[in-house]
Amino acid sequence: MIARTLAGGALADLDRDDVAQNPVKISVHDLNMYYGNVRALHGITMDIKERAVTALIGPSGCGKSTFLRTLNRMNDTIPGARIEGIVTIDGVNIYAPDVNVAALRRMVGMVFQKQNPFPKSVFDNVAYGPRLHGITDRAFLEHRVEESLKKSALWDEVKDRLHTSAMQLSGGQQQRLCIARVLAVNPEIILMDEPASALDPLSTAKIEELIHQLRKHYTIVIVTHNMQQAARVSDYTAYFYMGSLVEFGETKGIFTNPEKKETEDYITGRFG
Amino acid sequence: MDHKLFKKDVHWGEWLIQKALLLAGISSILIIALIFIFLFREAVRFFHTGTPMDLIGKWVYDDWEERNVFTMMWQSISEVPKYSLIPLICGSFLVAFPATLISAVLGIGCAVYLSEIAPYKVRETLKPALELLAGIPSVVIGFVMLAFIATFVQDLFHTKFRLNAFVGSLGVSLAVLPIMITISEDAMRAVPKELRDASYALGASKWQTIFGTVLPAAVSGISAAVILGFGRALGETMIVLMATGNAALVTGNIFSSVRTMTANIAAELGSVAQGSEHYYALFLVGAVLFTFTFVLNLFSEIVLSKMRQKLRM
Ligand SMILES: Nc1ncnc2c1ncn2[C@@H]1O[C@H](COP(=O)(O)OP(=O)(O)OP(=O)(O)O)[C@@H](O)[C@H]1O
Ligand SMILES: [Mg+2]
Repeated sequence: MIARTLAGGALADLDRDDVAQNPVKISVHDLNMYYGNVRALHGITMDIKERAVTALIGPSGCGKSTFLRTLNRMNDTIPGARIEGIVTIDGVNIYAPDVNVAALRRMVGMVFQKQNPFPKSVFDNVAYGPRLHGITDRAFLEHRVEESLKKSALWDEVKDRLHTSAMQLSGGQQQRLCIARVLAVNPEIILMDEPASALDPLSTAKIEELIHQLRKHYTIVIVTHNMQQAARVSDYTAYFYMGSLVEFGETKGIFTNPEKKETEDYITGRFG
Repeated sequence: MDHKLFKKDVHWGEWLIQKALLLAGISSILIIALIFIFLFREAVRFFHTGTPMDLIGKWVYDDWEERNVFTMMWQSISEVPKYSLIPLICGSFLVAFPATLISAVLGIGCAVYLSEIAPYKVRETLKPALELLAGIPSVVIGFVMLAFIATFVQDLFHTKFRLNAFVGSLGVSLAVLPIMITISEDAMRAVPKELRDASYALGASKWQTIFGTVLPAAVSGISAAVILGFGRALGETMIVLMATGNAALVTGNIFSSVRTMTANIAAELGSVAQGSEHYYALFLVGAVLFTFTFVLNLFSEIVLSKMRQKLRM
């Protein structure tokens, strides 16, 4: 029996009980984040489960992308950005002074809102990450590329044109290529910032299907503006508003019976 | 037909501006076309008296060897005037190649620093300083080369000639440097931030991102800068006139004096009788030079538009 959600549409038929038993992968404690003097995140505390999909929802500018970027320290590249609080992955504080940020980013991959393949061949795009880390063995790279493209459900579409430019792929294929590129460095966590917002419905469905597959092996945190999508793909949902975490819990609960009025208003579209 | 949907909105000001701009555009194209036509018309007249073979060399009786020898020389004031383009083309390339090489190495390095590494404040001070470099009159660069650098180079390399192709190319590289930096920096900055982010997110360091993503994505723009810089180097006149020694020799020795196509025209056109064979020969040199730079510019334009296509996402 699949419950109708407040946002309309259905919840995904995920094996949610299984996920509830999973250990915590990412633990965020009292996280504040500043752009210069502007505070973008206010005391976020949440635990993200391993091998589950956690969706971040909320109105534009509420800090979803900012939060996501604190998890792989991409905010480090923004001048003036600064954080307070603790983020641990597998119990290790990723903001500890001697953390190897490159190694962290290998472990925590990121897929961006706008598909951003390199203007290189399909093969070179996927091999970019492994090559960064010193792998030059051709056979090994070929194997890794094929494996990653299969995992991202792109292999059949590109296996005959691995050496043509990635810019010739369709938008949806490019986005799956970007996912393959992340998978090629063997991450444990994948962050996705509105990965389907620039895509047509069919490509979006493919990405969602892919997220279902990946969920079994990776911890996924996804930002989305599409309530039905959040309901369809996620196990947990976090509602952000103005830099604060308003409500966080199992997607089933949030979408059928939210605790807070603001959450309900947002999900039902009476807000934002 | 007097319904309001059929009434035209009249904006006289806009109409006027549009036509004026059109006129400006057309006239600049027209001027270039006229230069082109004039140059080539005068150049072709050389062949009323000369032959295409003359442009390569002539069989001249050599008093020393007591026989005819094939000489490739530019000797316009002589009993048997010789108008071989070979020493001039050779001189031009012997200056332009090293100049392009030097300014490419310096310029691309500088562009990488400016676009990828320099903190905001440093960049905002360095860029205007570079504009100043671009504003130095070439005669001043030529003078500095002739008066100071030439001596320095001679002391360093113990060259036979104080003024030579190398000294000239040093000066020309300075003149070409600003355009080299500007265009390659533009090319690197045109690389979308999203691509750098993708690289960093995969665990790349700054230098890995520069070499793995930024430079490859900007390679067409950088090539265009080099090609355009080469065209500029070929066309540079004042510096080479002052610093290369102006001996029209066929040589591959960079420390030899040379005479470039540009310096040759500048040095001789002022004192030549209009309508003479010599006069037309100089135009021919001009036409050859123009063809070289035109093709180079065209080529760099094509390369640049290729790059814009490639980066379009
Ligand atoms: N690089 C930055 N420098 C300064 N302020 C920033 C920067 N990036 C984001 N902000 C600010 O931080 C706040 C949160 O932005 P963020 O991009 O995280 O929102 P978001 O929830 O992802 O919004 P959207 O749904 O539109 O993507 C906004 O007020 C934004 O203006
Ligand atoms: Mg965002």
